[in-house]
Amino acid sequence: MTTVIVGAGHAGFQGAATLRQRGYEGAITLVAGELGLPYQRPPLSKDLLHGETTAEAVAFRPAAFYEKKGIGLRAGDPVTGIDRGARHVDLASGTRLPYKQLVIATGARNRELAVPGTDLDGVLALRSLTEAKALAERLGAARSVAVIGGGFIGLEVAAAANQHGARVTVIEALERTMARVVSPLMAAHVTGVHEQHGTAVMLGGRVAALLDDGDGRVAGVELKDGSRVEADLVVVAVGIVPDVELADAAGLRLENGIVVDEHLRTEDPAIWAIGDCAAFPLPNGGARVRLESVQNAADHARTAAAGILGSSIPYDATPWFWTNQHSCRVQIAGLVAGHDEAVVRGDRSAGAFSVFCFRGDDLLGVESVNAPRDHLAARKLLAGRTTLSREQAADPASDLKALAAAGQPDPVA
Amino acid sequence: MPAVTYVSADGAREQVELAVGTTLKDGALENGIDGIVAECGGNAMCATCHVYVDEAWIERLPERSEVEDELLESTASERTAASRLSCQIKVSDELEGLVVQLPEEQE
Ligand SMILES: Cc1cc2nc3c(=O)[nH]c(=O)nc-3n(C[C@H](O)[C@H](O)[C@H](O)COP(=O)(O)OP(=O)(O)OC[C@H]3O[C@@H](n4cnc5c(N)ncnc54)[C@H](O)[C@@H]3O)c2cc1C
Ligand code: FES
Repeated sequence: MTTVIVGAGHAGFQGAATLRQRGYEGAITLVAGELGLPYQRPPLSKDLLHGETTAEAVAFRPAAFYEKKGIGLRAGDPVTGIDRGARHVDLASGTRLPYKQLVIATGARNRELAVPGTDLDGVLALRSLTEAKALAERLGAARSVAVIGGGFIGLEVAAAANQHGARVTVIEALERTMARVVSPLMAAHVTGVHEQHGTAVMLGGRVAALLDDGDGRVAGVELKDGSRVEADLVVVAVGIVPDVELADAAGLRLENGIVVDEHLRTEDPAIWAIGDCAAFPLPNGGARVRLESVQNAADHARTAAAGILGSSIPYDATPWFWTNQHSCRVQIAGLVAGHDEAVVRGDRSAGAFSVFCFRGDDLLGVESVNAPRDHLAARKLLAGRTTLSREQAADPASDLKALAAAGQPDPVA
Repeated sequence: MPAVTYVSADGAREQVELAVGTTLKDGALENGIDGIVAECGGNAMCATCHVYVDEAWIERLPERSEVEDELLESTASERTAASRLSCQIKVSDELEGLVVQLPEEQE
């Protein structure tokens, strides 16, 4: 019995840890493309940029953990090919690793911005710890920062840059920020908070080029309408693309990610795909989606690990996500895309409220800002069988927690 | 540095010295103590850093925040009066000698 896990991000790390924790006795090799200890990503755009944590502190576990657990960590030696017939993978070093089960947890990489000037000095992106360290170093000295992309990561970077004292402009191509993942109402609230802090948020801004100061350093951003934003640091945060090349070359089916079934298994019964790179079916015959979150990566890992150990319980976790921007601690439960009505609970002017997103009578998801109790109740509501009315959602006197508890499946005796 | 003892679910005890300000979660992870998952990295989001504090300490720890209290409703192992989230407790000199027990399950 040998399991090889490709990629040591949130999904790969958790897969290895869960296999051991649940008593898997075979060999486990965790192949990490990057050098160093596997690490967490959320702090890279939050605490690390604010100087509240260090590069060392973001590691999942110290080196001794891998040794103690019998997890063979191969750092800095990426997988270059999968041979499904012979059941082995090849590494960059030339090493060949046979597998009985293969878990693809290759995550994603940043989407590139297809305009001139992205190779200028002072143009950075943020996905890896190395990139985060480079950005943290530059933020201190930057006077003006342009962030291209108004998604979670772009906005978290904007908040950090603003708090470092830089003049910050966020350039978002769409008509609102965080368009893919939050309601217009929540996006407007959070964007407003950025603006109150003095950050300029340009919506519908189409980037034409990054400008050279004449010495190979970036001087700003030119937009398609001819206007310019001055900046001595430009951060490109225009989303990610899943890392699917290995799977593709191995002939596995792709559909905006590696196609897996409800057990996170690909069409090859010996191969699983989990985390940011996996396109999986939502429970109860739902659509195939690819999600980008720690919860998704870790819960995928648990289901795949259980599958490797012989369980046949399908994946059905309720998605949740968080982002911290200035004073806004935003927590999202469920998937709100496609909602047709947004019901507010709580006091918007106080900056602590939740948005309940419905489609018809179905509650799709709940976004909370500085309202963690709503968030926790929402997670239970969405996982259970409660149908929540709009009136109950809006009424601060209705006890969400009790409603959620009433809808829980009976505890197993 | 205050000494904190972690007791694993099977009864094994390990005493470690932790710098003031370290969370009980980080103290366990950095010292290779098993039994804590900490999926959310200490953001009070996941409840996979659950511990039981020794009876003598229940009253002596800083009170739970509302969020910690709520989150403790979702722990994998049973919640008791001694339940805390280890990412929400920072080591201080007053906690010298603290003993915490790790639960059977976190996930
Ligand atoms: C700055 C930042 C902040 C974030 N903040 C949050 C947040 O607050 N909350 C939240 O829920 N989510 C957040 N996310 C998203 C979250 O981090 C991802 O969803 C999560 O990391 C996905 O885990 P993964 O293991 O699927 O992929 P990844 O973490 O991307 O890990 C994949 C790993 O595979 C490696 N790899 C790729 N190809 C190969 C190969 N051929 N051989 C070997 N290794 C390979 C890569 O080097 C990488 O280390 C954030 C992401 C970033 C970048
Ligand atoms: S680490 Fe997630 S709640 Fe403590």
